[in-house]
Amino acid sequence: MNIHAIANYLNELGDKGETGFNFDCYPIDGEVEVLQVNVIDREEIPVFISVTDNQILCISYLWDENEVNPDKRTEMFETMLELNIPMPLSAFAKVDNKYVVYGALSLNSSMNEIEQEIAVLSDNCLEVIDEMVAYLK
Amino acid sequence: MGILSKILTAFRGGATEIGESIVDANSTRIFEQEIRDAKKHLTNAKRELTDVMSKEMQASREVDRLKRSIEEHEGYATQALEKGNEALALEVAEKIATLDQELTEQQSALDSFSAHVARLKELVKKTERQLSDYQRQLSMVKTTESVQKATATISDSFATSNSKLMNAKESLERIKAKQQQFDDKLKAAETLENENSDKSLQAKLAEAGIGEKTSDANAVLERLKARKG
Repeated sequence: MNIHAIANYLNELGDKGETGFNFDCYPIDGEVEVLQVNVIDREEIPVFISVTDNQILCISYLWDENEVNPDKRTEMFETMLELNIPMPLSAFAKVDNKYVVYGALSLNSSMNEIEQEIAVLSDNCLEVIDEMVAYLK
Repeated sequence: MGILSKILTAFRGGATEIGESIVDANSTRIFEQEIRDAKKHLTNAKRELTDVMSKEMQASREVDRLKRSIEEHEGYATQALEKGNEALALEVAEKIATLDQELTEQQSALDSFSAHVARLKELVKKTERQLSDYQRQLSMVKTTESVQKATATISDSFATSNSKLMNAKESLERIKAKQQQFDDKLKAAETLENENSDKSLQAKLAEAGIGEKTSDANAVLERLKARKG
């Protein structure tokens, strides 16, 4: 499994997908190859995919540490922990100073499962921001 | 120090700067070497285990054979005594004594092989546990590195393309606005669709002479006549 195979699949998916979404994929060059997946009409919150030795990681950035209202920070953490299990297929995490939701998939996952993961991750992201916007400045 | 605390220390120590890796390539290589060594130990231990287990089985068969032989000879000795042949009985008893001696030796060899097998099985289990732990730790280090590098790649890409990841509120508002626009369009299209289908229905009804009739000149004339009369 590599990001180019995923990109080709998603780009050619068109209306044949099972999630009702259309995707635009752009590989980003760097030390680690990353695939930027834009969900059409949700381009503001892309999903980034990288493939490591043992898993496929799908990450979406929620907000920066400096967007968080310092008085609400603890409350935000508690909400994240409480939502972590109910939130389907995704979990909260922090990378550098950015809060993210992510999903990890086995390297043996089917393309269909990857499409599902991206769709759910994107839905989760919007819901999380909508729900937790009160903790932001 | 556990791998988790190493990773956290690296995070908090500011090793998260772009380009600076959490665990330097050298220690990752050392770690990979340790995994290879552990695998080699495991293979050796398993080979030795097979060898000792086959020796254990041989010894066990020999112990059984000696026990059967002793029993057999005890029977002969008893029979010789019953027949009053003391000399023969003594000869058999000497044979039994030799067999007893052999049995003691074989039994002690068997015990030692069994103990060795138990030790090796424990060692194999321990090495397997250690190996999977090393692999788990290495995978954690590699994943952490990979995610950090991926983040750096993403940040670089956004910086060079002169765009930026918008803040969460803005993003949500824009996506919602787009969604609203889409919903509005859909609703407008639906309304239009309904109107069109209303119109075509009206037309069909009129054609069939049902519903509100369009007035014609004759009908007007009739009405005026009626009013006059």
